[in-house]
Amino acid sequence: MIPTQEKTMRQKIWREFSRDKVILASLFFLIFVYSLTLIAGFLAPYKEDFSDRDLAYISPTPVFIMNEHQQLTWPYVVTYKRHFDPETYGFGFLPDYSRKYPVRFLTKGQDYKLLGLIPSNIHLFGVAEPARIFLLGTDMNGRDNFSRLLYGAQVSLTIGFIGLMIAFPIGLIYGGISGYFGGRVDNAMMRVAEIIMSIPSFYLLISLAAILPSGLSSTQRFALIVAILAFIGWAGISRIIRGMVLSIKEYEFVEASRSLGASSLWIIVKHLLPQTATYFIIAATLNVPGYLLAESGLSFLGLGIQPPDASWGNMLREAQDLTNITLRPWLLLAPGGLIFLTILAFNVTGDKLRDILDPRSHSKRA
Amino acid sequence: MPIYLYILKRILIAIPTLLIVSFISFFIMRFDVTIGPWDLKIGQQQVHLLDRHHFKNPIDPLAELRQNPQISPAAYAHEQQRLGLDKPFLQQYWLWLTHLFQFDWSELKTGKFWAVFKPDLGKSFSGEEVTTILKERIPNTLILNVVTLLACWLIALPLGIYAALNWRRPADSTLTVLSSVGMAAPSFVVALLLAVLAVKNGWPPIGGITSDHFETLPWYKQVGDIASHLILPVIVLTISGIAGLQRQMRGNLLDVLEAEYVRVARAKGLPEKQVVYKHAVRTAINPLVTMLGYEFAGLLSGAALVEMVLRYPGLGYTALEAVRQTDTNLVMAVLVMSAALLVLGNLLGDVLLKVVDPRIELQ
Repeated sequence: MIPTQEKTMRQKIWREFSRDKVILASLFFLIFVYSLTLIAGFLAPYKEDFSDRDLAYISPTPVFIMNEHQQLTWPYVVTYKRHFDPETYGFGFLPDYSRKYPVRFLTKGQDYKLLGLIPSNIHLFGVAEPARIFLLGTDMNGRDNFSRLLYGAQVSLTIGFIGLMIAFPIGLIYGGISGYFGGRVDNAMMRVAEIIMSIPSFYLLISLAAILPSGLSSTQRFALIVAILAFIGWAGISRIIRGMVLSIKEYEFVEASRSLGASSLWIIVKHLLPQTATYFIIAATLNVPGYLLAESGLSFLGLGIQPPDASWGNMLREAQDLTNITLRPWLLLAPGGLIFLTILAFNVTGDKLRDILDPRSHSKRA
Repeated sequence: MPIYLYILKRILIAIPTLLIVSFISFFIMRFDVTIGPWDLKIGQQQVHLLDRHHFKNPIDPLAELRQNPQISPAAYAHEQQRLGLDKPFLQQYWLWLTHLFQFDWSELKTGKFWAVFKPDLGKSFSGEEVTTILKERIPNTLILNVVTLLACWLIALPLGIYAALNWRRPADSTLTVLSSVGMAAPSFVVALLLAVLAVKNGWPPIGGITSDHFETLPWYKQVGDIASHLILPVIVLTISGIAGLQRQMRGNLLDVLEAEYVRVARAKGLPEKQVVYKHAVRTAINPLVTMLGYEFAGLLSGAALVEMVLRYPGLGYTALEAVRQTDTNLVMAVLVMSAALLVLGNLLGDVLLKVVDPRIELQ
């Protein structure tokens, strides 16, 4: 490689990325949602397990900016009271306009821990009791959808990366050994990987999730689900790593290095690991959506993250009831839309990254 | 290697694979882990990892049967003996295996060869034989998967070819955007949205594979009834299936169109249609055929979730029901059967590849 032409890989990636507006948009979207998860406690007006049962299934709280004289005022909300409608035999909510509750910014509210460490009770916005501000309505138990979406993102968005952190090293070591030694070792090891791959993953997933004991704490459950996903995921990674090692072994620069007396360790560290590092970036962007989908699918079926803990998947569980979707579409659209956008952003970024980092891929395909 | 020998060899390889899959599944179903005290219990053997005092019983496969008034004491005793829960774990697995491979040779005389194989997989919690349930549900899953696969190929290939021939024109860009959207849309969310539409519209039907009055219908209406029940799950699965396939086809064809033999074909004055369809497309399809087996695998897994959401009585829906009730006999059977289907799918994919591309050497 001529240094003056391409400079560094990082510069190359950035140059390619900055050219394409779609890629930039998806990259910024990902950075945006991930930074939201970091400060979820601060952004969310309520805790994920906070519930106001009198306001179950209330639609998004409107924030008024006009007063009764049609003049612009500081944004405010009003309180709502549940009432029974004798004509439709349904419950509705009647607004009580008699008192205005201004939306307060940087206000004190429920205690939470920023980044899981720093205790705080300052929220970006909130309203005084007894008024509530539910920007995306509430679910069956009167829990704030907006807050739960933010807390749920912490689970749904990190599960992929944590899972990959477990699956990738296993795949790396397993595939590395298999490819480096070749022959019979390779044959036997790949058979085992194929066996793992030949169990339809979703069947295995729900069976494993179902044997989890019911008395687990939410952290334990989260950890076990990650472990299960990683257990299914490593085999595919190991096959690709093995293929890479097999081909890198034959490269001339490895041959040269070996003839200069380099040890296996040196070859692995110097020539093999850098190559898999690029693959890790590709695998991360292309595999994380799989973990996200698996988690949300599991939680959706009630086998994953259990309420009151929030995840995008178990929030969708409310939408299993078809009347909920027609009457309260926010229950489906908010988490479903976020899952869709996140996966789309990951796919778009991952495809582009693969095109840039993998020189064998065809430029025309992009 | 002749093709029948190759098939035989692949089946021989599949046997240990399936044995290990069944062993893993069996291990999972008899395995109980309580995270706090780190106790393991495998069958009746107890392994204490840290604390001896905490102990939790594993899933009791007989609990539900014991309470089912429809189960006769004899049937219960048979089931108890069949499972051999008092025996060590490995022996239990062996019992399960021997009950799987049971043959009734007297059926040979009647000429029904398929009836010879009479596996005893035990009773489900509902009191029904597991084999009866599987016999009813597996065809449903197969129909769904095969129809979806056909729909995907019939739609995705022409779209891929069209996109490649209109490379970087608006039609191609539109298809690329659409395929990205199709790939990113979670199938169960799509299923829910379409289910709402179907409910509002009153058609197509959701849930089940036949209507209530199915038996009273003439045969051609029965076919139509099944078809209408298939519409929704097939559409959902096809949406996510088309996207990847279309992309692959487009990419392959773009590669092939640059190959030298295509240039030669053009140079010798063949009409463009012939160059594309007789020379390029045929080669471009090959890699897709290789993927067919794996695609089937992915479809089988993907279909499971959609079956669960849309209550389509296939293997996936059965698995969920069984798992929710910890119906161990049924879960075991479903896990092994789904793996067997997958292995079969991979084999079919490889054989098909050989048929499509005679250059490929079977090993």
